[in-house]
Amino acid sequence: MGHDTQVQAKSKKQYEYDRHHNAVHMRKQVINFAIMIFLTFLAFAVVVADFSAYFIKPVILLLAGVQVVLQLYSFMHMDDKKASHMGVISTFVWFGAVIAFTMFLTFLTIIWW
Amino acid sequence: MSSAAVTNKKGFGATLWDYLTTVDHKKLGVMYLFAGTLFFAIAGFEALLMRLQLMIPNNDFVSAGTFNELLTMHGTTMLFLAATPLLFGFMNAIVPLQIGARDVAFPFLNSLGFWLFFLGALFLHLSFFLGGAPDAGWTNYASLALYSPGHGIDFYVLGLQISGAGTLISGINFIVTIITMRAPGMTFMRMPLFTWTSLISSALILFAFPPLTVGLFLMLVDRMFEANFFDHTMGGNTIIWEHLFWIFGHPEVYILVLPAFGLFSEIIPVFARKRLFGYSSMVFATILIGFLGFMVWAHHMFTTGLGATANAIFAVATMAIAVPTGMKVFNWIMTIWGGSVKVTVPMLYALGFIPSFVAGGVTGVMQAAAPLDYQLHDSYFIVAHFHYVIVGGIVTAIFGSMHFYWPIMFNRALSEKLGVWTFWIFFIGFHCTFFIQHFLGLMGMPRRVFTFQADQGWDLFNFISSIGAILMAIGVILLVINIIITAKSKPLNCRDYWGDGRSLEWAIKTPVPFYNFKQTPLVRGYDPYWLEKHEGNKEGMIYAEPLGDIHMPNNSILPLVMSIGTFVAAFGALYHPDGKAWAIPVLILGLAITVGAMIVRSVKDDLGFHVHVEEVIATEEHLYGKGGNK
Ligand SMILES: [Cu+2]
Repeated sequence: MGHDTQVQAKSKKQYEYDRHHNAVHMRKQVINFAIMIFLTFLAFAVVVADFSAYFIKPVILLLAGVQVVLQLYSFMHMDDKKASHMGVISTFVWFGAVIAFTMFLTFLTIIWW
Repeated sequence: MSSAAVTNKKGFGATLWDYLTTVDHKKLGVMYLFAGTLFFAIAGFEALLMRLQLMIPNNDFVSAGTFNELLTMHGTTMLFLAATPLLFGFMNAIVPLQIGARDVAFPFLNSLGFWLFFLGALFLHLSFFLGGAPDAGWTNYASLALYSPGHGIDFYVLGLQISGAGTLISGINFIVTIITMRAPGMTFMRMPLFTWTSLISSALILFAFPPLTVGLFLMLVDRMFEANFFDHTMGGNTIIWEHLFWIFGHPEVYILVLPAFGLFSEIIPVFARKRLFGYSSMVFATILIGFLGFMVWAHHMFTTGLGATANAIFAVATMAIAVPTGMKVFNWIMTIWGGSVKVTVPMLYALGFIPSFVAGGVTGVMQAAAPLDYQLHDSYFIVAHFHYVIVGGIVTAIFGSMHFYWPIMFNRALSEKLGVWTFWIFFIGFHCTFFIQHFLGLMGMPRRVFTFQADQGWDLFNFISSIGAILMAIGVILLVINIIITAKSKPLNCRDYWGDGRSLEWAIKTPVPFYNFKQTPLVRGYDPYWLEKHEGNKEGMIYAEPLGDIHMPNNSILPLVMSIGTFVAAFGALYHPDGKAWAIPVLILGLAITVGAMIVRSVKDDLGFHVHVEEVIATEEHLYGKGGNK
C-alpha cells in the first residue's frame, strides 16, 4: 500500500492534462478565497459604517451562511462529486445541520422566553 | 495466529488473553452479549427489590434513600448498560455477516468501544460500595442532582461519560462499516432490515450522544468546580439540563427500539416463510422515525411551562411519529398474513411483541396530547407506558433474537421447550406487572415513591404488579438456565439452522471461521441466500472472487489499556473536590496511561496479517472435515 513506493513515468499527454487540470483547480480556489475575503470585508464594513442594528444583524448572518456553504463545498471538497460516498457525506452533514439548527431555534425561542 | 485457529486446545490463560485482546467482531459480539446480560440481571434484581418494597402498603423492606438509589440505578443500567450492549452484541455478531464483510471497518475501535463501555459500567456500579449510588433518577434532573450529597451523582456523570464515549465510537464504526463494506451487489435497497435499522440507529447515536456529553460535562463542572450552568440563583437555568438530556433521551429510545424492529423484521419473514411485506416502505419508515425522533424531545417537558405554542408544536410532531411506526406494524402483520407460519420460540416472541408494542405506542400517543399529559405526568401511567415500549418492544426482541441467532453465535441451539416456558412465564408476568400500572396511574399513584398509604384503592393492584415482577424474574432465570444447559450440548455444525434463512448470515456454515466467508459472496438480489436456495445452489452462495489470501487485523491489548486509563482518571476527578492530595496525581496518571497508549498506537505501524490460501483450506478442513465449507 503506502509502504512500497511505486515509480511511474508520466506520459507527455498525461502531464499536459494534469497541468491543465491543476491550473483550473487552482484558479477556482483563488477565486473562492477572494470571495471569502470580500465577504468578510463586507461584514466589517457594515459595522464600521454604523448602519441600523436591524440591517447589520440579518446581513452578517446571511454572509456567515454563504461563507459556511463556500467553506464546505470549496475548501472542504464537498463539491467533488466523484469522491466515494459523497452523497452519504452530504446527507449526514446537512442532517446534522438541520438538527443543530432546530436546537438553536428552540433554545432561543422557548428557554429564554 | 493462523496456527492458533487450527490448533484445538488452549489453556485458560491463553483464552483469557485472547478475549482481552480480540478485535474479532464475533467475539466482541459475544462479550457484549454476556456483559449486557450481567447488567440486565443486576438491574432486574434492583427492579425486583423495588417491587417487593411496593408489594404491600407502608412497607419498610428498603429505606427511602435506598429506594431512590435502586430506581436510579435500575433505569440507568437498563438503558445504558443492558439494552444498548445487548443490541450492540447482535449488531456485532450479525451485521458484518449480513453484508458479507470480513469484519467491521475499524476492528481496533470496536474493541475500544467495548472496553470503554464495560469499564464505565463497572465504575458506575462501584458507587454501591463507595458511599452510595446515584439517587436523582435516570434523568438526573439538575434541580435535584446538584444538591445530592455524597458522590453518587459524580459516579453517574463520570461513568456515563466513559461508557457514552464507547457507544459513540461503536456507532461511528457501524455507520462506516455498513456504508463502505457491503459485498458486491449488496446495494442499499438490498440490505436486510436489521442492517438498515443498525445504520439508522448508529446515525442517531452520532447525533444524539454529543448533547448528552455536553450536558454531563456541564453537570460535572457544576458539581466539582461550582460553575453555575444549572443554578438559577446564580443566573443559570435548570431547564437547560432537561433540554440537553431529552434532546439525547428521546432519540435514545429509538436507538434501542430501531434495532429491535430490525431483529423482528428478520425473524418474522423466516418463520412466516414469506418475503418481508413492503420492504421499501419499511426502510422509508425507519429513516422517517429516525428523523422525527430529533424533533419531539420537549414532549417530556410539557409541564415545565414552555407555553401553549411550544407544547402544541411538540405534541403534533410526536403524534406524527405514530404514522411511520404504524406502517411498520401493518407490514409485519401483512408479512405473517397468508404465510405458512412456523411458531418457534423466536416467532412466539415476535407474535407477543406486536400487540404489546402497539399498546405501548397507543399510550404514547395519549401522552403526546399535552393537556392530557398534565394529568398523566409523573404518575404510574407513564411507568406502564415506557415499560410496554421497552420490555414489550426491546426485551422481547433481545430474548427472541437470542434463540434466533444462538446457532450462528455459538454453534448451538437453545432448548425450544424451555424457551416456550420462558416465553409464557415472562410474557404473562410482564402484562401482570405493567398492565395494571396504567390504572394505578389513572387512580393517581405517583411514580418514584418508595411507599404508599393503605386503603386508597391501590393495595390490590400493587400486589398483583409485584407478583408479575416475580414471574418475570422466574422467566429470566429459566433463560439463564437454558443458556447454561445449552453450553454443554452438542455443536450443530450446520448451515441455515432454521431451514428458512433468507439473508446472507444463514449462508455460512457454523462455527463461523474467524475470517467469515472464505470468498466474498456475490449478492444478486434482496434475500440473497433464499434466492440461491431457490435456484438450487448447493454451495450456499455464488462468490465474487477466487479463493485467495485474506487480510485480517492483529489483536491488540491497547484498547483495554486506554480504557483502564480513563477508568483510573475518573477516580482522580471524583475525589478531587474532597481535597484529597492524591486526586490530581491519580487523574494525571490515568490520562497519561490513555494518551501513552494512543501514542503507541499512532507510532507503531500495525498492518495486520495475511491468512494464506493453504491456511484457509486447512482451517476449513479442521472446522468442517474434508471438503471444507460445501
Ligand atoms: Cu420521548
